[in-house]
Amino acid sequence: MINGILHPKNVIAQLVQHGVSHYVTLPDSETAHMYQALMDEPSITVVPVAREGEAIPVAAGLFIAGQNPVISIQNAGLYEAGDALRGLALGIGLPLVMFIGYRGHNRKGDTPDSAATFLEPYLHMWRVDYFVVESDEDLDRVPLAFDLAAKTNQPVAVAIGTEYAKSVEPSEVAQGGSR
Amino acid sequence: MITYADACRVINNSRDEAVVVTTMTQTKYWYQISKHPDLDIGIANAMSKASSVAFGIALGKPDRSVICLDADGSLLMNFGSLATIAGMAPKNLYHFVFNNGIYSVTGGQPLPTPGVDYAKAAEACGYASAYRFEDVESLDSLLPKILAGPGPVLIEIMVQGEPQAEGVDQTWESNAKMPLQLRALRKRLTGSDDWGPGGPYL
Repeated sequence: MINGILHPKNVIAQLVQHGVSHYVTLPDSETAHMYQALMDEPSITVVPVAREGEAIPVAAGLFIAGQNPVISIQNAGLYEAGDALRGLALGIGLPLVMFIGYRGHNRKGDTPDSAATFLEPYLHMWRVDYFVVESDEDLDRVPLAFDLAAKTNQPVAVAIGTEYAKSVEPSEVAQGGSR
Repeated sequence: MITYADACRVINNSRDEAVVVTTMTQTKYWYQISKHPDLDIGIANAMSKASSVAFGIALGKPDRSVICLDADGSLLMNFGSLATIAGMAPKNLYHFVFNNGIYSVTGGQPLPTPGVDYAKAAEACGYASAYRFEDVESLDSLLPKILAGPGPVLIEIMVQGEPQAEGVDQTWESNAKMPLQLRALRKRLTGSDDWGPGGPYL
């Protein structure tokens, strides 16, 4: 796992800045704290799905209805969602930013987790452009993803290469930071 | 047992200005009689996802009814969508399932099991209500009241299977139809013609 720190509040600020209305998601280990933090963001509706293959079709429906959704699923779930990606994102020209939990990513190239091994080749295979975000310092890549999706009418992935940091409560700061 | 044609006729009589998301054999019959083609989407080239697209539209446009004409084989491939829909519980979503126990468009092969009770499954997941109809008279009689009530509702219709003799042709034109429909519907629902071309077909 990458050492950089990625705070949910900073990603949420990007979502708010881009007018995101709905966050369609099946939580995963990388994004658990993001899910919790989104519960405190009133402008974004979290839409939980039972399987990752539902996320893109639900987002397509929301977009048709005039909303501005993103999805957040794990890399292993993206593989399950392949036919939805083909038919209802690439196939219809859906401008959709897809946050993908990059499970197993360690930047060494050699990972025991095949979920990580296959992610970038998989995205290349589908001709999906992507950006990797490993810490708060990489968040300037998120606007690039939104811009590219809108410009091309195609899905664009943001691979989340680290676990989101736990939100720090004021009381925890007073006690010496998060655990 | 109800015919596809009768079921679609009865639904069309009560649709008002609902968005209708269809798939599989229902699409063919629906297109022949639909009062509002500009509010219709035929989900093709994305098997099983009609319920999820309809759910997304219903969430995004809560002031307009959304009807999904789903199929039993399709719903089995996306069974979790019952729980997803029940979780957010859009009051404007009416989910029809045409149950014939077979894969019609591929020639009539049986589903893994023909005995699934989709109405009971939806009820168990938490839909507001669920119904199963085996004759068109009952469907005709109760449907206006069902569509006037709160969703999500699952309406299972036991239909006579119509195995298709020949496969589905995938052409550039047929595959471009859905992206064009989606853009037209978005324009109709939002008043904004801002979704430009993209993807392999447009």
